[in-house]
Amino acid sequence: MNVLVIDTSNYPLSIAVMNDKMVIAETMINSKKNHSLQAMPAIESTLASVDLSPKDLDRIVVAQGPGSYTGVRIGVTIAKTLAWTLKIPLVGVSSLAALTGPGRYFDGLMCPVFDARRGQAYTALYRFDEGQLVEVIKDTNVLMEDWIAGLSDRDEKILFTGQDVEGFWQQIKERLGNRAFRTPITGNLPRASEIGLIGMELEPGEVHDVVPNYIRLAEAEVKWLESQKREKDNE
Amino acid sequence: MTKETIVLGIETSCDETAASVVRNGTEILSNVVASQIESHKRFGGVVPEIASRHHVEQMTYVVEEALNQAELSIEEIDAIAVTEGPGLVGALLIGVNAAKAIAFAHSIPLVGVHHIAGHIYANRLLKEMDFPLMSLVVSGGHTELVLMKEHGSFEVIGETRDDAAGEAYDKVARTLGLPYPGGPHIDRLAQEGTPSIKLPRAWLEEGSYDFSFSGLKSSVINTLHNAEQRGEVIDAKDLAASFQESVIDVLVTKTKRAVEEYHAKQLLLAGGVAANKGLRERLQETFGEDKNLELIVPPLSLCTDNAAMIAAAGTILFEQGKRSGYALNANPGLVLQ
Ligand SMILES: [Zn+2]
Repeated sequence: MNVLVIDTSNYPLSIAVMNDKMVIAETMINSKKNHSLQAMPAIESTLASVDLSPKDLDRIVVAQGPGSYTGVRIGVTIAKTLAWTLKIPLVGVSSLAALTGPGRYFDGLMCPVFDARRGQAYTALYRFDEGQLVEVIKDTNVLMEDWIAGLSDRDEKILFTGQDVEGFWQQIKERLGNRAFRTPITGNLPRASEIGLIGMELEPGEVHDVVPNYIRLAEAEVKWLESQKREKDNE
Repeated sequence: MTKETIVLGIETSCDETAASVVRNGTEILSNVVASQIESHKRFGGVVPEIASRHHVEQMTYVVEEALNQAELSIEEIDAIAVTEGPGLVGALLIGVNAAKAIAFAHSIPLVGVHHIAGHIYANRLLKEMDFPLMSLVVSGGHTELVLMKEHGSFEVIGETRDDAAGEAYDKVARTLGLPYPGGPHIDRLAQEGTPSIKLPRAWLEEGSYDFSFSGLKSSVINTLHNAEQRGEVIDAKDLAASFQESVIDVLVTKTKRAVEEYHAKQLLLAGGVAANKGLRERLQETFGEDKNLELIVPPLSLCTDNAAMIAAAGTILFEQGKRSGYALNANPGLVLQ
C-alpha cells in the first residue's frame, strides 16, 4: 500500500510517502514560503524521487488541523481533491499528532503546541503506551495560562514539542519547574510520517466529507452568535 | 474532423463554488454553481473566512457534479482552467489548489485565468466575438471598460477610482435598510420610483473613461440624513430610481463614447451588475438600433460568477499555448492584460 501524507497546517511543510510500514520518502521545508506555492511542487517531486506517479497511490492521509486556517485548508483541499479524483481512500488525522514522534521513548506525557495567538494555543495531551499513541486530552484551543495550570495538577513529567513552545517556555517553566521538558530543534518539526502511521490504521470515511478541524469558529460567527444572544437577553 | 477542446473550469474567487465543462470555448456542457449567499446573509456581506470554509466543503462535490452533468470522465478533459485572481485570497486558494490536484493526478494541462477575462468570455458562450470589441464590466468588485483587439488580449481603458458600481449599490441599499445583497432590491425599487431627486454624476476629467461612485454614494447618504433631520420622509423608490439613473447615465454615456472612439463592432456586457434591469434597458435603448454595433447581454446565470466563463476564457488561453505550473498561486491583485 502506497500512502501519500500531507501536512501544511503551520509554517513547516511536511510530505511523506510510505509503503506499508516503511517511510520511503519524506520532505520537510521549514520556511515562511506560501504553502499554496510550494505544496503541489513538493508532492510532485517527493513522489518523483521514488519513481511513483499519482496513479500508484492507494491512500492519502492529511493533517486535518488544528493550525493556520489557510494552511490547513490548502492541505485538506489538495488531499481530498487528489483522493476524490484518484478514487482512493482519504483519512484525516490531527495536525498535533505530527509532533508526537519524539515522545515515543519519553517516560511521561506529550504535549504538542501550536501558537493560536493572543496567549492561546492549539494543544493536546498524549502518552505512549507500549509504543501506541494514546490520546489523554483531545485537541483543544485554550488560553495557555489555563492549560499550564491544568497540567500542574498532574505529577508526571511532560514533554513539550513544536516550534511554538519557545514563546511559552518561560510560562511553562515557572509553573511546572523541572517536570517540564522540551525537544531540541530537530524534534520540533512536524513529521508527516507520524500522521501517516496513525492514518494507515484508521477507517476512511466519505472523501467529500473530510473537512478541516479548525477547533474554533470563525470570528464573524462568534460575533454573530454573541449578537443573537444579546438580542435574546434583551427580549 | 477537427479535434474538440474540452475544458473543465473552476471558480472560487468570492462566495460561489463553481465548476463547469465547456466544449470548444463556446458550448456549455455543464455549469454548476453552489451559492453561499444564504450563509453570508446573516453577516450582511461576504465574510472571507466563512467563504473559504464553504469552498472546502463544496469543492469536490461541485466538480463531480459538473463532470456528471457533462457525462464525461476526467480522462476526456483536455485542460483545466481556474480563476487565479483577482478576488478573496483565501477563497481563490481553494479553487487553485483543487485545480492543481486534478491536473497533477491526471497530467492534464492547467491554465490560470483572470476573473474579469472570464466575465468577458461569458459572452462567447452566446455569440462568436468580433474584434475590436468593447466590454463593459460591472460587478460588486469591478467597473471597467475593456477593449479587446483580438482573442486573449485585454486593454483596460477605464476603471473605477474608488467604489465599484456593485459596491455602491450594496452600500446605498444598506443605508435604505434593504437586506443583503442590496443591488437587486435597488433595481426593483427603482423600477417603481421616479428619478426626481437631484444627485451628482461623476464625469471626471474631459475624455476620461474612468469611473467614481463614492461621491454619489455619499450624496445619497447625505440626502437621507438631511431629510431625517428636517423631519421629512424621502420615498425610497424615488431615491433608488435617482441613484440608479445617475449610475446608468455615467456608465452608458462613457461606454457610448468608448465604442465610438475605438470603432467597436461589438459591445459585451459582463459582471454581476449586468443582471440589473435598468442597465439592460438603457443599453438596449442606446445601442439596440445601432446597425454598426452588436450588443450582447448575457442571461443572468452567465452574468453572475460561474465557472463556464472561466472555462471559456481558459479555452482561448489554452489554445494560445498558455500553461500554468504546479506553483500556480492565488493572486488577489492580478492585473488584467
Ligand atoms: Zn465576478
